[in-house]
Amino acid sequence: MKIAGSFLLLLIAVSGFMVVRTRDVTAQTLALSFYGLLLAVMFFFFQAPDVALSQIVVGAVALPLIIMLAIARMKHKEKTKSSEGGQ
Amino acid sequence: MNVKWRLGMFFIAGAFFLFFYLIAAKNLPPWGHYRGPYGDVISSLSVYQRHATDVVNAIDYDYRGFDTLGEEFILFTSIIGVMLLLRDPKLKGGAAESDEGLSKTVKVSAGGLFGITLIFGLYVCTHGQLTPGGGFQGGVIVATAFMLVYIAENLKRFKAIASHPLMEVLEALGAALYALVGVSALAVGLPFLTNWIPLGTTGDVLSSGTIAVISASVGLEVATGFILLSYTYLQDIVSGREE
Amino acid sequence: MLAFHLIPYAVAAWLFLCGLYGIVTSGHLVHTVISLVVLQTSTYVLLLAVGFRWDAVAPVFADISPGVVTVDPIVQALMLTDVVVEATVVALLLAMVVKVHEKAGTLSPDDLRMMRG
Repeated sequence: MKIAGSFLLLLIAVSGFMVVRTRDVTAQTLALSFYGLLLAVMFFFFQAPDVALSQIVVGAVALPLIIMLAIARMKHKEKTKSSEGGQ
Repeated sequence: MNVKWRLGMFFIAGAFFLFFYLIAAKNLPPWGHYRGPYGDVISSLSVYQRHATDVVNAIDYDYRGFDTLGEEFILFTSIIGVMLLLRDPKLKGGAAESDEGLSKTVKVSAGGLFGITLIFGLYVCTHGQLTPGGGFQGGVIVATAFMLVYIAENLKRFKAIASHPLMEVLEALGAALYALVGVSALAVGLPFLTNWIPLGTTGDVLSSGTIAVISASVGLEVATGFILLSYTYLQDIVSGREE
Repeated sequence: MLAFHLIPYAVAAWLFLCGLYGIVTSGHLVHTVISLVVLQTSTYVLLLAVGFRWDAVAPVFADISPGVVTVDPIVQALMLTDVVVEATVVALLLAMVVKVHEKAGTLSPDDLRMMRG
């Protein structure tokens, strides 16, 4: 139990650093989603089912979705702007 | 100030942070040996005092209810902030892109999942006082059910649901209901946010008094809030711009 | 033994510094926001470690008898609301990033500073 808990925490430390190190924002959003799921597993392991549930729906689904939508909106803007400029 | 300077500042600040943090961490309870009395007291009391079996939700919606009211209004105001910043009055009504390039399999399975997700979300919303769950989690699940409409049908259908004026009314109602539950205690002659509704039998869905009502109102607020958020971001892509 | 008891606190400090490092070296405003999310998760690790107890169960009395030793429910209540509110605050920050992109046409903090001069 103690070894599994320490291993989970170390896994979170490594993946948290990797999320920050990823410089491409689209890839980073996917990494954040994975990191959120890992945090949910940790909450479940440490006897916090309420927080695990809210972390699964928010950290792994809703938050990456919102970031993806914002990136899509900015890309869309760039596309329309460049096509207007070309005319 | 370029990146090199900023990194230098970061290392100085980080060293200071680590120094004071290590001093503080020395006096924290050792990992896995919680020693504070408050958690144990509230764990043993909430089932008798509030007839709620999920202690975390009993704290959130009752013992610490005033604080959660503040949190809910942080949520409410940030959603209003997003809508104020990103809504463009020049956007016209019609959908520019009607069909997405998704395969039939994805669309059919998303349509089938819509009902299941919606019911699961409502279940989580209404059973917060009994099992892990509650308004905050259930609300987001309900909102993702409506995102499945976007996948299963098209943007037009999602827009018809999300841009309906009722959505904004429901969002405001969710926030108002929480405050009204608090004020209703004043009307009976008790302090703000007192749990005055009869507590019922422990283990029933309709037990634990105001905790169930507040959980449902938070669920309404969070669900409509997240639908409005995702729609506001999609709006620019959904609608064609008026010339 | 002391080192073992400090593991979660060390991980919390590590995540805090990781997030701060990401914000400091960021070249893209969306990257800055995501680094802020990582920074914020350090508080979850810290709170969870403070209230944890080995061989205790979750504070849900639906299927256990009252009086069983549980982990601290108060820190969990603190985290629960924060997880959801964090998402909407990130949405607000991203809305500002979208506005910056519309007005300035760039997302690099360094380029933004040059435009002011």
